[in-house]
Amino acid sequence: MTRFRAGPRADLLVAPLDAFTALYHRPSGITHLLSTPAPELLDTMGEGEWTVAELAAALAARFDLERDDAALTARLEELVDAGLVERW
Amino acid sequence: MRHAHALRIGPVGFRIGSDRPEPIRALRALYRDYPAPDDGVPDFTVRLFAPGPLRRFLRPSVMIGGDFMIPDAAPLPLAQGLLAAEMAMNLQMALGQRRYLLLHASAVEREGRALLMTGISGAGKSTLGALLSARGWRLMGDEFALVDPASGRVHAFPRLVSLKNEAIAEVERAVPDGRFGPLLKDTPKGDIRHLVPDARALAAMREPAIPALLLFPRFGFEPAQRVLARSEVFVRLTQASTNYVALGEPGFVAARRLAEEVPARAIDYPDTASALAQVEALWAAL
Repeated sequence: MTRFRAGPRADLLVAPLDAFTALYHRPSGITHLLSTPAPELLDTMGEGEWTVAELAAALAARFDLERDDAALTARLEELVDAGLVERW
Repeated sequence: MRHAHALRIGPVGFRIGSDRPEPIRALRALYRDYPAPDDGVPDFTVRLFAPGPLRRFLRPSVMIGGDFMIPDAAPLPLAQGLLAAEMAMNLQMALGQRRYLLLHASAVEREGRALLMTGISGAGKSTLGALLSARGWRLMGDEFALVDPASGRVHAFPRLVSLKNEAIAEVERAVPDGRFGPLLKDTPKGDIRHLVPDARALAAMREPAIPALLLFPRFGFEPAQRVLARSEVFVRLTQASTNYVALGEPGFVAARRLAEEVPARAIDYPDTASALAQVEALWAAL
């Protein structure tokens, strides 16, 4: 089962600006501009390791959302491409 | 190098060396009231040299060099040596400055608070800076604003104001007692004439200011104003900075702080009278 994890929290400087959140990733020196749900996703993941199903359940509970595992997988893959989340 | 001059602009010291005496003579004349670098040690070195042995004599021209260089830079005619020196100093700042977040912006100050104006070339940064300084503002710089990531304050960089094309006559009219350099015709940027910042700007060049208003002016449109979202301000600031990426985390901290704390407006203007009226009104409403 594929698991995902975000890097250490200390690697990130997070600046919620408005509809966008600016995020500085210390290891890469890259600045990202994120929109919902990416900041919420990273926040929920914390430093833990998650399967899509576990994370979908956690998000549904926290944000009162309909579960959509396919959409969540797509968002996670975007964060993997951005270097903010690792496939584990 | 056979000819050299050292000077300090705001907190930054330069040493400019040249094969030929003409550019140094022009620099000395216009920068005569600028201090020497702190302890005589420059932060950046600029070199102006002939492209090849023959070009010292045949259509004499100058190449730009220094601590940081652009390999394929084209030489400029010797008559534009002053412009070459200015471009070389800007290049050292743009590529080498690591202490401050460098914003491609003009800045003026009143009562310890700074107005920053940033925009593309031709947006009117230099012209508005020069005209505001003729109306009681302190000119902090027409090209670079230096933002200290630790304090959030803006440091001045009052190099010679670089006026281009139509702006030359307009500023000559507005600043009749200003000290201007020679008119440089047909440079790669059009006609250029430099204005020496006034005595007040030079006397206070070491005094930083607290950023109070960010403007993104655009010339050639009907008067209009738009409040900018913080995220748009943040992105525009990173684009307006020449060293945001190189600076890393301190750059993020400085840009974030400006975006979060300083009111920002995009302003369109058809002529400088309109721009000045908008600037004064926005400043009064802070």
